[in-house]
Amino acid sequence: MNRRLLFLLPLATLALMAGFFAWSLLAGRDPASIGSVLVGRPAPRLDVKALRDGEPPLTDALLKTGQPTIVNFFASWCTPCLAEHPLFTRLATRDGAVIIGVAWKNKPPEAITWLKRLGDPYKFAGADLEGRTGLDWGLSGVPETYLVDGQGIVRRHFRGPITERDVNETILPFLKGAK
Amino acid sequence: MIPELGHFALVLALAVALVQGTLPLLGASRGDIRLMDLGRTAALTQALLVIVAFGALTQAYVTSDFSVANVVANSHSAKPLLYKVSGVWGNHEGSMLLWALILALFGAAVAIFGAGLPDTLRARVLAIQALIGLGFLAFLLFTSNPFERVSPPPLDGNGLNPLLQDPGLAFHPPLLYLGYVGFSVTYAFAIAALLEGRVDAAWARWVRPWTLAAWCFLTLGIALGSWWAYYILGWGGFWFWDPVENASLMPWLAGTALLHSAIVVEKRDSLKSWTVLLAILAFSLSLLGTFLVRSGVLTSVHAFAQDPARGMYILGFLLFVTGGGLALFAWRAPKLQGGGLYQPVSREGALILNNLLLCTLAATVLLGTLYPLFLDLLTGSKVSVGPPFFNATFVPICAPLFAALCVGAFPTWKRAEIWPALLKLRLAFIVSIMAAIVAATVIDSRATLAAIAFGFGVWLIAGSLTGFVERVRNGRLRTLPRAFLGMTIAHAGMGVIVLGAVGTGAWNSELMQTMKPGDRASFAGFDFKLERMESLQGPNYIAERATLAVSVGGKPYTVLAPERRLFTVQRRQVAETAIHTNLLRDLYATLGEGEAANGWVIRLYYNPLAPWIWLGAALCALGGFVSLSDRRLRIGAPQGGKRARRPVAAQPAE
Repeated sequence: MNRRLLFLLPLATLALMAGFFAWSLLAGRDPASIGSVLVGRPAPRLDVKALRDGEPPLTDALLKTGQPTIVNFFASWCTPCLAEHPLFTRLATRDGAVIIGVAWKNKPPEAITWLKRLGDPYKFAGADLEGRTGLDWGLSGVPETYLVDGQGIVRRHFRGPITERDVNETILPFLKGAK
Repeated sequence: MIPELGHFALVLALAVALVQGTLPLLGASRGDIRLMDLGRTAALTQALLVIVAFGALTQAYVTSDFSVANVVANSHSAKPLLYKVSGVWGNHEGSMLLWALILALFGAAVAIFGAGLPDTLRARVLAIQALIGLGFLAFLLFTSNPFERVSPPPLDGNGLNPLLQDPGLAFHPPLLYLGYVGFSVTYAFAIAALLEGRVDAAWARWVRPWTLAAWCFLTLGIALGSWWAYYILGWGGFWFWDPVENASLMPWLAGTALLHSAIVVEKRDSLKSWTVLLAILAFSLSLLGTFLVRSGVLTSVHAFAQDPARGMYILGFLLFVTGGGLALFAWRAPKLQGGGLYQPVSREGALILNNLLLCTLAATVLLGTLYPLFLDLLTGSKVSVGPPFFNATFVPICAPLFAALCVGAFPTWKRAEIWPALLKLRLAFIVSIMAAIVAATVIDSRATLAAIAFGFGVWLIAGSLTGFVERVRNGRLRTLPRAFLGMTIAHAGMGVIVLGAVGTGAWNSELMQTMKPGDRASFAGFDFKLERMESLQGPNYIAERATLAVSVGGKPYTVLAPERRLFTVQRRQVAETAIHTNLLRDLYATLGEGEAANGWVIRLYYNPLAPWIWLGAALCALGGFVSLSDRRLRIGAPQGGKRARRPVAAQPAE
């Protein structure tokens, strides 16, 4: 009898997997818009060491200043981050945006060298070496960018590098409108 | 008119598949030879009809017939001819038609080359093959008709996905599908055997060449895909553990296990139900890959044609094929009687160990690929499972596999001693330890794990050659079976892949620099000078090209000219890397964002041994083809097995 059950095992595994697949398809889940979960909710906990020496650690208080904030997770090893970096530099210098940068799974010296070479648009910079905060924020990779309003509510989540279009159509209006 | 002919041929093929999938089965159970023979005629007819359909679509692409919706969506009159042809399968509908074509061709091949098969087995195999074909043809005709017309026809098409406009990717899908679909034949053999209630040496002898052929094509297909990712994505890496890559790796692992376990069935009449299960799984995992890529349940960098409605159909089909197969397995397999007895230390034991490890690897990849989906559905939390997971799980399991691989080729059947094999391998062992030590001290003293992996790579090559050299020394070169030669080449090829992966993954160096024309950089012993930046106008893209003069010690060495292309129609950027290779290392340059004021971001990579990854994969496939040319497999007569078995059994343990 036991032997019979053993031979049923592959079928049972398949049934289990198929159940999940059907559930996934019927739930109308869109894996590409993975970030929408956070939108409209208070931002997850921000608790990372400072990237630059001698600065205080980054905490939730930074997100509830009444000022809209951009939170950007990046890494020096990530090529798409390179692509979006000039846009953040411009947002910081021309538009005066408050940008919090979190170096995700990135050794601080490497991230600092990277920022020195390309310019540092981050008013506050943190280092999430183990990626724990990234996990709290539902990160699926870098770069990802969050727009957080003055009350600490996430208003928008970008997966992947932001584009010129995102800046003009979403980020700039958000910075003007949100309080 | 021609597209309608193609459509009509497809409908006829569906009808023929329906006949082929039912009547021969009936004939086999009733013992009616005429009904059974119908399978052969039907298989050939079906292949002919699908060829006509595929030809019709190809014709529409080559002549840029924009009255066909599929051509409009995926082609453009300005495209080079190669990409017009590869555009046929560079989209959902066309690639499904290619599946159906290869499936029908394999069916025809069984009908032609299967003359020596027992009538009932052949009839059942062809019928199962036709039932699978039926699923694909119905899928094409009812949900993804490639021949749909548009009226009025537009002046020009939308063009092909820029990433696919590449010679490497033009041939990647056909090779991959030859592999996936090749496993449909082994699946059909497995189901036929379960229906017959008999699995014997003759069956295994029939299954092995098909598995080998499918495996070789799959190996080449995966290698080509990885090569493409290496030079087009511009990240310097060759494997990203992306769901789509994993989808092709799982059937490969299962197929590799099947390749080895079928030997045990053939030679020792043992491991039967396990082999049948593997044959079902290899094809099921191929289908699972198709489902994952096309249904949209997982995101991926190169997922295409994601559509939940199609996903439901493929899921249903997957359930029908895999579920039907596994249910039949649960019902009939317990009755399959195993033959020979053997000790744990024996060739059977070694091959079982091989199978356990390969299946663990396949299960690891499956888990890593599906875990984010399961967790998301159960708890709503999103995780990504990437290289860190696979480096921590997949790679360590490879170590015992590689360690045992060389030893496992030595033991005799039934029972053996482990020491003689180890004694013979002592030279190989010393060489690989030395290689690891040299790697750890001379090449890179920080990367200990890489040095160990390097030692494993050398071990694979040296160990495989040891067995070969021993046979040659004993003067058995002339009688050396091609299968043995093939095994040596494939196993050594695996070692070459490992060396390449270690070199590229661990010892590479990389420099990212913002450069303006006239700027210099020195890296990995080379001096780079950005000579100039220029804008180019391609046929369907605009590009920026950097010209980097490379010199060594003041002497000009080579010129690298990476480009960044912006495809205007699709508004998509593609990096065109520049690679200089001397087969021992790649010098690799990509061009990033930039402007005249601040300079351009240029990434330079020095990838030692990188070409060996694809060289090794080619060797693996070559080994497979050499093995396939073995006389025993070509003739495939059951009595050949008894003759071939004797010298092996008589081999002294020494």
